Amino acid sequence: MTATAVGEGGAVPAFNRGFRLRHDPVRNAWVILAPERLFLLDEPAVEVLRLVDGARSVPEIVDTLAAKFNAPRETIAADTEAMLHDLVIKGAIRL
Amino acid sequence: MNALLPIPPAPAIEPPLALLAELTHRCPLQCPYCANPLEMERAAGELDTAGWLRVLDEAAALGVLQVHLSGGEPTARKDLLQLVRHAASRGLYSNLITAGVTLDPVSLAALADAGLDHVQLSFQDADAAQADRIGGYRRGHARKLVVARQIREAGLPLTANFVVHRQNLERLPEMLALGEEIGASRIEIAHVQYYGWALVNRAALMPSRAQLERANEAVAEARERLRGRITIDYVVPDYYAARPKACMGGWARRIINITPAGLAMPCHAAETLPGFQWPSVRTASLGAIWRDDPGFNRFRGTSWMPEPCRSCDQREVDWGGCRCQAFAMTGDAAATDPACALSPDHAMMADAVAESDVVAEGAAPALVYRRIRTAALVK
Repeated sequence: MTATAVGEGGAVPAFNRGFRLRHDPVRNAWVILAPERLFLLDEPAVEVLRLVDGARSVPEIVDTLAAKFNAPRETIAADTEAMLHDLVIKGAIRL
Repeated sequence: MNALLPIPPAPAIEPPLALLAELTHRCPLQCPYCANPLEMERAAGELDTAGWLRVLDEAAALGVLQVHLSGGEPTARKDLLQLVRHAASRGLYSNLITAGVTLDPVSLAALADAGLDHVQLSFQDADAAQADRIGGYRRGHARKLVVARQIREAGLPLTANFVVHRQNLERLPEMLALGEEIGASRIEIAHVQYYGWALVNRAALMPSRAQLERANEAVAEARERLRGRITIDYVVPDYYAARPKACMGGWARRIINITPAGLAMPCHAAETLPGFQWPSVRTASLGAIWRDDPGFNRFRGTSWMPEPCRSCDQREVDWGGCRCQAFAMTGDAAATDPACALSPDHAMMADAVAESDVVAEGAAPALVYRRIRTAALVK
C-alpha cells in the first residue's frame, strides 16, 4: 500500500489486537503499547490516533482535525495519511 | 569563573518501562539453553499471589507500562488468571511468554477475557523430532501447533519465538515459514545467550560462521517478503558482532526483573554475578528498589564504565553491553563487554567462534538438560 492510497475510498482505520493507545500519567505522554515494544508518539500523531476508533474514516478524521486546528485540509491529510501508513507497516493499524 | 552557578542536579532516574515477572521456575520442558539460573527455585519458595498483586500495583504506580509474564512456564501458576486480570485493571499491557503445552481453548478464552494482550509462544525447531529432542518433551511440538491455532481462535495476537543455535539454525527458513503459517503477527528469532545453562552447553550450541551467514540472509529475505504483515525481530549474536548490544536497554534503565522468589534484579541473568545482595519485594517497595538499591545503581548510566567505554561515543547507545557476559567470560562484571571489538578481551569471542567452527565439523558434545536435579551436577 502506498501513502497516497491510505485515505482513498474512505478507509476506516482501527488498532489491531495487541496494540493499545494509552496515556501514561507518570511520563505525561501518549504511547502505543505493542507486542514486546512500545511506540512513543509526538503530539500530531496523538491528535490523529485519538480519533482512530474503528468507526471514523480517514477523510472524517482529516475533516475533524482541519476544523479543530483551522489548518489547510491538504496539509492535514498528507500528514495523517503518512502517519497512518507508517503504523500500518508497523502492524499497529489496519485500514 | 562564576562561583554562584548552582550544582547541577544528579540526572533523574527514569522509571522502568517493563516488568519481567518470572512467576515460577517450574516448566515441563528442559531446554538446555534455558535463561533460568542453574539453581532454580522450587514451588514452595515462590512469591505468593498477594505478593505478586502488590508488585503489579507498585509497578503501575512507578511507571511500568508492560508486564511480561514469564518463567519457567507461567501457566504452572494457579493464580495466573488473577494476575492477568489485575494487570489489566491497572492498565498494564500483559504479555504471556509460554511454551504453550499446558494451554487449551478453555484456559485461552479465560485469559483473553481477563484482558491478556499478547502471547509469545516458544518453538524449539521447525522439525517436530528435533524440537522434541531439544525441549526434552515428547510430542511437544505437535501440541504447540495445535495451541498456536487455539491462541489465534481466542482472538489473541501471537508471537512465534524460535531460539536458534547450531543444532537448528539450518532450518531457519522453515521456522519463518512456520511462523507465517500459524498466523503469527510477529516472529522472534533469538540466538542463544551464553550464560547459565547455555554456557554449560556452549560447545554444543554455538553456530558456525557459515551457518550464521546463511541465517542472516534468510532473515533479510523474509523481512522483505513479509514487510507490513509480520514483524521479524532478529539480533545477530554477540559472538559474531563488532559492537555489543544494549543488554536490557541498559542496566536498570528500562526493565525490572522479579524472580519467582521475589528478588528484584535489573536482568534475569543478574543472579550469575557475584557480590550482589538482590533486594526482595517482600521487604522493600519496587520504587525504593529501583531508585536506591546499590545493585541497581552499580552499573546504571555511564560513570561506572572503564575505558574504552567511558570515552566512547557509543556509551549511551550500547550502555556498555552485557554485564553477565562480561563476567562469564572475563571474571569481572565491570569489564568492557568482550563482544565489543574495542575490548581488550575481544579475542575470547573469536576463540569461541573458532572452536565452534572446529566442533561444527565433528560430533557435537552431549547436551546437559535443564532439570532441577541436574543443577547440582553442573555446578
